[in-house]
Formats: sequence, C-alpha cells, structure tokens
Amino acid sequence: MLTLADVHTHYAKSHILHGISLEVKPGEVVGLLGRNGVGKSTTLKSVMGLVRPSKGRVTFEGHDITGLPAHKIAHLGIAYVPEDRRIFKLLSVIENLRTGLDRPGLTEARRRALLDKVYESFPVLGERKSQLGGTLSGGEQQMLAIARAMMLEPKIILLDEPTEGLMPRMVSQIRDIIARLHRDGVAILLVEQDVGLTLGASSRCYIMEKGLIRHHAPSADLKADPSVIHQYMGV
Amino acid sequence: MFEQILVQTVNGLVNGMVLALVASGLTLIFGIMDVVNFAHGDLVMLGGFTGAVTVAQTGNFWLGLLVAALAIAVFGALLQVTTLRPLIGRDPLTTIIATFGVSLVLQKYALWQFGPTARNIPQPIPGQFELFYLQYPWYRLGAAVMAGAIIGGLYLFLKYGKYGIWIRATTQDRIMASAMGIPVPLVHTGVFAIGSAMAAASGVLFAPLASVTQTMGAEFTLRAFSVVVVGGMGNLGGSILAALFISLLEAYASLVVSPSQAVIVSFVVLILTLLFRPTGLFVPTPK
Repeated sequence: MLTLADVHTHYAKSHILHGISLEVKPGEVVGLLGRNGVGKSTTLKSVMGLVRPSKGRVTFEGHDITGLPAHKIAHLGIAYVPEDRRIFKLLSVIENLRTGLDRPGLTEARRRALLDKVYESFPVLGERKSQLGGTLSGGEQQMLAIARAMMLEPKIILLDEPTEGLMPRMVSQIRDIIARLHRDGVAILLVEQDVGLTLGASSRCYIMEKGLIRHHAPSADLKADPSVIHQYMGV
Repeated sequence: MFEQILVQTVNGLVNGMVLALVASGLTLIFGIMDVVNFAHGDLVMLGGFTGAVTVAQTGNFWLGLLVAALAIAVFGALLQVTTLRPLIGRDPLTTIIATFGVSLVLQKYALWQFGPTARNIPQPIPGQFELFYLQYPWYRLGAAVMAGAIIGGLYLFLKYGKYGIWIRATTQDRIMASAMGIPVPLVHTGVFAIGSAMAAASGVLFAPLASVTQTMGAEFTLRAFSVVVVGGMGNLGGSILAALFISLLEAYASLVVSPSQAVIVSFVVLILTLLFRPTGLFVPTPK
C-alpha cells in the first residue's frame, strides 16, 4: 500500500536519508526502530510531503506521491501524528477535531459518527470539548493528536513517538489505541523508542541506523532473539 | 469644554471603526502569511474609486459597496497568486519590497484610469442630528456601525463558519494544517481576498466623509500599520482596540493642537509601543 523506494532526503546541506526502502501493507502495523537522530522522523515527514525527497519515490496505493503538497497526501488517506503533537493550542478540543472534519463531502451523519467514536475511545476529550488545546496535559494532547488524525478516516497513520514523555498509565492507553486502530483495519507506521511496545504492537520492524535501513525482521523474531535490538539500539 | 470632549469622543470612535476595518484586513493577512502588505492602503483607494464609479453610474451606494468589495476581492486574489505566492517562505524583506512595488503600480494605475481629480460619493444616509453645538451627520454614525458589522461578520465567520476553522488553524501552524488536509495555498489566497474586500469596503465607507484620491493609500497603510503593531501583529481583537485607542487619542489631541498635528499622536504611540512593549499593547504578556 505504502512503498518507499530508495528515498534520499536533505535538510539544507546535510544528507539525512541515504536511500530508504520500506513497505507497509494494508492494515499492517509496522515499527521503525533506531537511536535518536537516525532519520526516523524524517522518513515520516518525507512520506507526508513535509520535506521533499531529493531522490527516490514514495508511492501510495499506486499513486506516486513524491513531492506532492501535504494536504493532497492527506486527502489520499495518510494521516500524520507528529512527535511534538502540534496541537492547535489556541483552538478548543472540538475545534482541533474540526480541522479534520470540516472538509467538503462529509455528511452530517458521518461527522457525528466520527466524533462519537473518538469520544468513546477518548472519554477525556469529550469532557474537555471546549477547553483550549494548549491547556491539556501532555497525555491528553497526545490523545487529541491521534483523535485529530482519525477525523480524516485515514487508511494509514504515521505515528511518531506517541509515548514520548508520557506517564506509564498513559503509555498503556496509547498501546490500547494502537491495538484498536489495528482492529479497525487502519495501517500504522510506528516510530517509537519504547522497544517493548513497538514489538508488541507491530507485525514487522525495520531498524534504522545513520539514514539507512540496516535490518528488517518479523517482530516475533526480534522478540525471540534480542541480540539484533541490542546491537542497533544499545539496550 | 465637556461638550467638545464628548464630540471628539464620537469623532474618535467613528474614525476608529473605519480604521479598524482597514487594520483587520491587514492583520488577518499578516497573521496567516507573515506578509506585511504595503499595498493595503492602495486597495482601500481602489475600492473607493470602484465604489465612486459604480455609485456615479447607478446612484446606488449599497451596490457600490458590494461591487467594490467583490471586485477588489477578486483583484486581491489575483495579486496574491501572481505576486506573493511565489515568495512564500522567502526572506520577509522580499515580500515587503514586492508589496511596496505593487503599491506604486496601483497608484499610477489609478492616476491613469481615474485621473488626478478627487472623486466624491454623496452620503447615502441623509440628514443630521443635533450633537450639542453641532449638526452631526447621521452617515458618520452609519459608517461606524457598518464597519463594526463587517468586522463582526468576519469574527463570526472565523469562529463558526465552515471554513473559518481552516483560517484559524493555518494561522497557528501552517505545516500541521496542511497535514490535516487543509489546502493551505488556497486558504492564503482566500484570506488575501477577504482582507482586500475589507480594505475596499473601508474605501467606500470612507469616501463620503472625505474624498477619493490616488495618493490616499499611503496614509491608510501607515495608519493601519501603526494600529496593527500597537495591537499586536496578527491579533484581530488587539487591532480593533488599538484602532479605537489611537483614533480617540488623535481626536482628543486635536482639541489642543491642529488636526494635522494630532496625527503625530499615533506615531508617538507606535514608537512607545515598540520601545516598551514590542509584542503589542492589547495582547496578554508573553510567557
């Protein structure tokens, strides 16, 4: 469904991605592991059209989406939950959700259904509907960022470090949400430092080092033999 | 003396509302695109001329207001697509120079198209009422009310309108907005069109109070720019308060000095704001 073929990305003069190739199949949860600064977030941004790859191709369901503007990529069914969450701080919770809902072609019934689903998955967002996004706690902001992405009814979500800086109770909520999205048939490309969570949630993992994919294996194999993880992650 | 102060309060509020209408467009555009539009006053001027020509042809002021707002909205959209869209993301200096260039072109265009003589629009609301020692024209109050109504309409659209949320989200975080599927380039063009329409409406509302000349734009740009800085760049509510504040100060100052000297007040306020509170007077203290 989503394929990266030999993607190179530069920030100004520094070469960040040195030819990334990976694939996510429909409904699949795929992990992207690696130390800080190896280019995991840049890989997601290159898919989303937030940075333009200098070489290589990104395709989604047969469309070449390399270098398309982000809003067109979002319309095709790719949603993005950034590392720093990027909640619209001066918009209320419901208005943050509306950024994904107020789009042409969405019926009122469908809107209602999407909102109900989100309030059911994240009751706290229902309680804080009219509160400004900037006043939420870190964990609540993370939930809002995921809920906001769900408003687009995406086929795949690019999820960047969803548990970073969260309390353990919040982390297990995020784990449940990933499982629920997976049950609903949404594919996820998951970038995460929490190796245990990633291996538990995903079917396959790619391991990155210095802008390259160094290893690729089913998550069950990586769990059974942790030496590879030790080698690349130093844990 | 007390009566004079009251009269000047009314004058200040009336001028302040028209100025607020000009400044809201300017601050809306700045907030979303980081572009200081130095041709904004010239859009006021073109709106005034378009309105004057329409009113002269049809005799209908309201039609003139509508035609000017729509025509200048379309013109603003074209201007944004051809001149500013290619410069997005570049050094802010390039957009300042570009809009300054546009301002010069528009002035010369107006001179060529409409000639050097000033145009007038007759006051659409006739009659006057007694305000202490003065016969005060009803239209002056009408203009203030209409400016307020247009600003109120903008506020309601931003807050509750289906696409208002697109504008507010893009203003806060352009990149995240586009990742949420909001067509940011289109939103930029739309906002520029709305800002231009508001400038044109101010021009038409202002025309019966003074007259339209091809050089009137520069003063509007400068005054609106002071208001936007004093109110906090990109802050709609702040701009409206700042417009009223500065206009009232000017009105009171003209009790003591001549009206042309009273204009100095707005620049004194501008300089003091930049010195002591550069984020603007009417915004919460930044953390």
